[in-house]
Amino acid sequence: MALPLEQYLRVAKMPHIWCPGCGHGIVLQAIVRAIHELGIDTEKTVIVSGIGCSARAPGYLHFDTLHTTHGRAIAFATGIKLAKPELNVIVITGDGDAAAIGGNHLIHAARRNLDITVICFNNNIYGMTSGQYSPLTPQGSYATTSPYGMLEKPFDLCNLVMGAGGTFAARSTTYHARQLTNVIKEAISHKGFAFVDALSQCPTYFGRRNKLRTPLDMMNWFKDRAVPVNAWEKLSPEEREDKFPIGVLKKTQATELTEVYKELIQQLQQRGGE
Amino acid sequence: MAAEQKRVAMTGNEAVAHCMRQIDPDVVAAYPITPQTDIVQYFSTFVSNGQVKTEFVTVESEHSAMSATLGASMAGARAMTATSSQGLALMWEVLHITSSYRAPVVMPVVNRALSGPINIHCDHSDTMGSLTTGWIQLYSESAQEAYDNLIQAVRIAEHPDVLLPVMVCQDGFITSHGIENLNLLPDETVKQFVGEYKPEHYLLDLENPITVGPLALQDYYTEVKYQQAKAMENAKQVILDVAAEYEKISGRKYGFFEAYKLDDAERAIVVLSSTAGTAKAVVDSLRARGEKVGLLKPRVLRPFPAKELVDALSSVQAVAIMDRADTFSTAGGQLFVEIRSALYESDKRPLMKNYILGLGGRDTTTREITKVYSDLAAALEKGRVEELITHLDVRE
Repeated sequence: MALPLEQYLRVAKMPHIWCPGCGHGIVLQAIVRAIHELGIDTEKTVIVSGIGCSARAPGYLHFDTLHTTHGRAIAFATGIKLAKPELNVIVITGDGDAAAIGGNHLIHAARRNLDITVICFNNNIYGMTSGQYSPLTPQGSYATTSPYGMLEKPFDLCNLVMGAGGTFAARSTTYHARQLTNVIKEAISHKGFAFVDALSQCPTYFGRRNKLRTPLDMMNWFKDRAVPVNAWEKLSPEEREDKFPIGVLKKTQATELTEVYKELIQQLQQRGGE
Repeated sequence: MAAEQKRVAMTGNEAVAHCMRQIDPDVVAAYPITPQTDIVQYFSTFVSNGQVKTEFVTVESEHSAMSATLGASMAGARAMTATSSQGLALMWEVLHITSSYRAPVVMPVVNRALSGPINIHCDHSDTMGSLTTGWIQLYSESAQEAYDNLIQAVRIAEHPDVLLPVMVCQDGFITSHGIENLNLLPDETVKQFVGEYKPEHYLLDLENPITVGPLALQDYYTEVKYQQAKAMENAKQVILDVAAEYEKISGRKYGFFEAYKLDDAERAIVVLSSTAGTAKAVVDSLRARGEKVGLLKPRVLRPFPAKELVDALSSVQAVAIMDRADTFSTAGGQLFVEIRSALYESDKRPLMKNYILGLGGRDTTTREITKVYSDLAAALEKGRVEELITHLDVRE
């Protein structure tokens, strides 16, 4: 399907600020394509972001958009969704934004099963401030703040969201652009808290320090390590070393926050009327 | 006698990072934020290279950075962090805790506009918003001043009569990323000047266990706050004493403010940090035309040197106070209201006018500052100020 980009992008804001070879444009395109293919009403779609390279995306999107503070996009989005449950609320975040400074908001939105979609542009690094390690930097990787290799163990954000009660979690990469579009479509269509871990390359601040100098090296790195979820389930723990599953990792139905909230209000109003 | 100094070309951030290397604090905890990031970035290199003994802690937010720094300070360490803008805003809760625990934390702040809309460039809305947090605040015009202020800050903070945290501010990008020539003191000289931090009370002192920050209600809260206020008063003398001592090793003179060609000035402007550099050029060119103009550049805003400011401005007939942040009170910027309030005690009150300028990094050029001096001349001619608060260089 041809994608009428002008319909979805603020073309006047181009060129964008992302570095040459950055994967964020691919993720942005996957979001736009997913919205286009779903045919959802752009007038009823709000896109919210925090701070970081990912957070610049809504500036280029021709929607109602809100660029907030570092780590707090999900908190702002919670307010929007509770005030206007009929809106599609999509949060664009990054690994530092979602997992470090804003980690608390992520787990609580998942716990409440709030009907929003969170797409994490996960490039394993603080790109905007030129390459400090984030909670998603793989162990042993080099960053400006880990000159001897990352000591700490990273989060698996899909596992975190699933563990916290989120009802939809998926992962894909910029190499798997078509699949990425599809999981974003499923995430937006899902009723309840939906999370997409979108692995995106940062050759400038991650790749160059980790023997993955070019965008292609980084995308091949995704290709070599990503295992479709069905195949992943059949792997032994040893075979899973250095690999990660892609695809829809969880899709269940559970009580959604704005619905139970609405029900409660209706009940109380009826009781008040008696 | 002043030590032999090394002339180097550095950015403000680099100068501050080198200063931190020379101070060699026990603990630095930090979180990246533009335009502060490369202070800690450079410093982390010194840590990796073994040039300092510092324990370097990377945390997950500025709230945690300030909390970890405070924790280290309470355990008896010399502890530092650095931040800007939203980072300082996120620290706000812990800023109060730090000053009330009397922790002599020293923090370089690279001034940047607060959101929203999001902006990464300089104004002073971040540190103006923390004037009431009980921190001492020093402002720097240049990389040299940021370097000099940081060394002195350690001594001021840790002085037993003070024991308060200190922010050392420089202008984002203009100073932090601009390269200029400055003099660095020898490492050994700085080491001797700051000495070793020996706290009287600290956690983990098994012989003398203490509790910090317990509940104090109607019984003791007032006394704790009174002691903080007294410590801030004490800081005034300590700031001057440390400056006098610093002049001996550096040859550079510091006080509460810098008065530039102010002695016989009829018209003056008061302006903080890098804009003062531009304003001095205007003063020079107007002086060359025989106009009696001068400038006052505050260095210390907390404690507020009210009496000294009054003395310095008492012979001036018209003053423009330049605020690089609005308060939205409709009664003027913070510097304006404080200096105007101080002058209430003066017998000779000059005509006063407030300018809000340079928000979110908007450049203030010699042209705008020249206009401010001519506005003051017009006010003097009329004998009154027509417009009390003017937003400089704004589209309406």
